[in-house]
Amino acid sequence: MAAATATHGHGPAHATATGLDTLKLGFWIFLGSETLFFGSLISTYMVYKGESVVGPHPTEILNIPLTSISTFVLLMSSLAVVIALDALQRGLRQRALFWIMAVVLLGSGFLGFQAYEFTHFYHEGLTLTTNLFGSSFFILTGFHGAHVTVGVLWILMLWMDAFRGRLGPHNALKFEIAGLYWHFVDIVWIAIFTLIYLIN
Amino acid sequence: MATIEAHVPSVPGAKKRSLVWDLMTTVDHKKIGLLYAVTALLWFVVGGIEALLLRIQLARPANTFLSADMYNQLFTMHGTTMVFLVGMPIAVALFNIVMPLQIGARDVAFPRLNALSYWIFLFGSLFMNFSFLLGQAPNAGWFGYANLTSAQYSPGLNIDFWILGLQALGVASIMGGVNFVTTIINLRAPGMRMMRMPLFTWMSFIQSILVITALPVFAVALFLVTFDRFWGTNFFQIAAGGDPMLWQHLFWLFGHPEVYILILPAFGILSEVIPTFSRKPLFGYSVMVFSAALIGLIGWGVWAHHMYATGMGPVADAYFTIATLVIAIPTGVKIFNWIATMWGGKIRFNVSMAYATAAIVTFTMGGVSGVMHSTTPHNLQQTDTYFVVAHFHYVLLGGLIMGLFAGFYYWYPKVTGKLMSEKLGWWSFWTYIAGMHMTFFPMHWTGLLGMPRRVFTYSAELGVGTLNMVSTVGGFLSGLGVLFIVFNMIRSLKRGAPAGRNPWNAATLEWATESPPVAHNFNRIPTVHSREPLWVEREPIEATVFAEPEPLHMPPPSYWPILMAAGIVGTLALFFAPVWWAPLIGLAWTAVCIINWAYEPIH
Repeated sequence: MAAATATHGHGPAHATATGLDTLKLGFWIFLGSETLFFGSLISTYMVYKGESVVGPHPTEILNIPLTSISTFVLLMSSLAVVIALDALQRGLRQRALFWIMAVVLLGSGFLGFQAYEFTHFYHEGLTLTTNLFGSSFFILTGFHGAHVTVGVLWILMLWMDAFRGRLGPHNALKFEIAGLYWHFVDIVWIAIFTLIYLIN
Repeated sequence: MATIEAHVPSVPGAKKRSLVWDLMTTVDHKKIGLLYAVTALLWFVVGGIEALLLRIQLARPANTFLSADMYNQLFTMHGTTMVFLVGMPIAVALFNIVMPLQIGARDVAFPRLNALSYWIFLFGSLFMNFSFLLGQAPNAGWFGYANLTSAQYSPGLNIDFWILGLQALGVASIMGGVNFVTTIINLRAPGMRMMRMPLFTWMSFIQSILVITALPVFAVALFLVTFDRFWGTNFFQIAAGGDPMLWQHLFWLFGHPEVYILILPAFGILSEVIPTFSRKPLFGYSVMVFSAALIGLIGWGVWAHHMYATGMGPVADAYFTIATLVIAIPTGVKIFNWIATMWGGKIRFNVSMAYATAAIVTFTMGGVSGVMHSTTPHNLQQTDTYFVVAHFHYVLLGGLIMGLFAGFYYWYPKVTGKLMSEKLGWWSFWTYIAGMHMTFFPMHWTGLLGMPRRVFTYSAELGVGTLNMVSTVGGFLSGLGVLFIVFNMIRSLKRGAPAGRNPWNAATLEWATESPPVAHNFNRIPTVHSREPLWVEREPIEATVFAEPEPLHMPPPSYWPILMAAGIVGTLALFFAPVWWAPLIGLAWTAVCIINWAYEPIH
């Protein structure tokens, strides 16, 4: 905490005005901005829902059982983040390494499902350019997938840090912040899954 | 001062670097603020020249000075430049220079991110203006209405420069906003409670929240157009069911908060300048804070008053009319509070104070015409005419720019250690204010007589030739006023009288430190017990600020911000490359920068 504060232009002795870590606070504020970003993408989808003049339409093509599984995989990755952070903070190295890798693998698994879904849709004749559904679906889930990809790479790098012994109880905050991002991306997916897949 | 410097552990080799290298790698909020200020002032001159070219074209009916296409490019880039390359960055410049000093911080929360914001802003603005060299500057208006921006109706590179350039500028603004909000929440000096913060800091706080929330909406809108143009999506393709209204809603959802993003910093400046030169604390401090917060909040609920002419129906029209009328109330409260601050004060009328009072008057005039066309029936008569042009130039040139000029005169001594010439200041004041009113007051008539905006010429039969000639002459007069200010700023660097620490005998913490401030701002961070620390508790504050420095660590310079900014803007620019994978090169470059950034030793 003191080290993290010192990097932001303050002497180690100078605590922050709120007692919160500056980097963590900044990241929360950034996530506020991200909320509006995804909110606008979701609104775009909702505005154009049912407005496509040609098929395929959502009901003909969306696979709810399959996406339920991928949603489960993504939600479990958030659980893995929680366990990994706890292990890191308590200095349980092996356990932390295991669960951080679990986050990476589960996140990659979700991306695998998404890649499968996208190729499947492509073969069914739904692309970015087919109709409004294709445009708004791919841009929304695509931006979400890009966020998951960034998260996977970020957490993979933190795993390598942990593996080399550079991530431990003293700087578990680094992982906590990546975890905030991860949970946020997860919550966005819950909104997407509900609004786009479940409510039809 | 040298003895103070000696106590600060300097970065090895830092002394040997040249000025250019120093500026390219600096993470000091004051230097970054100066870079922002100089860059934005240069764009202000460019945007002003664009405006004068437009005015030459409009001076006479059926003029042929500019072609219709050139006129479109110039009015689009004039608007885009003044909003994104002048209004927003000049505010960021002042936030950077003043806000950390006002709250008693050593720097902003994320110094390297601050540098990154600046370099993205610089590269993005150069990228967008590069389009002029190709003769293909953006030409669909600063609002870029769909589906005029579609590949079908705008086949050139014009709109591509606009959407990609603005995407970069938006990223820079959001980064800046996150940085400022974090700084204000977390890096306040001991005792500096939120309700003791100077009003300028409050306004940068509320403005930054608006930036953080409004810009991502615009980013999405730009992405939709980008995907339509580059990858053939259907968002604004009418044949596929696409709806141009979606663009208008997304654009104005961003665009109306943007109006307050532009004006709130000026409100903050007035709230510093007026109490200082009235020798009175600001009247109704908490009301000022809450009215600004209310403006920020209601500012999110009035966007469709830009869209009455699209035919939204009576319910929507009625709601947006009422909401727009309501937002005039907290704004009016502010105006009365400034007047009440002056009431009974020992007013010192120097150039800064003159600009501040002129800003109140001119802004109020713009506010009155704003209330007029917030009402739907009025609006339908006035929309897309010069009446609207008159309105928003009164609030922006009258409120924002005069507020900024007041701020320039006010804080120039703090930044440079020199006072600006009052004599030249008065020359600039009178030429600018006369020119500004001469340009825009006649536009109320030309607008009500039916002269449409965004059209490159008009016929003599409309009978607005003389009024337009008056506007053009006024435009050049106000341009002269701006030149006086720029000249004054350059001249005073050498010839200005030494300012000392607190030339205005002002109350806030930035005046407690040296002019210009040392790199670490304060030897020791003072503890604050009041809203006007230098009026109420000057001696203990100065004793702390100039005490033996505590051992402290300032973040070292870094070249990763400028390299990463090159990567981000480069990625966007590489969309013009003939091969589809070209942007991936920029992305890879950016990724390398991110990794090096993350592992750069900064303590």
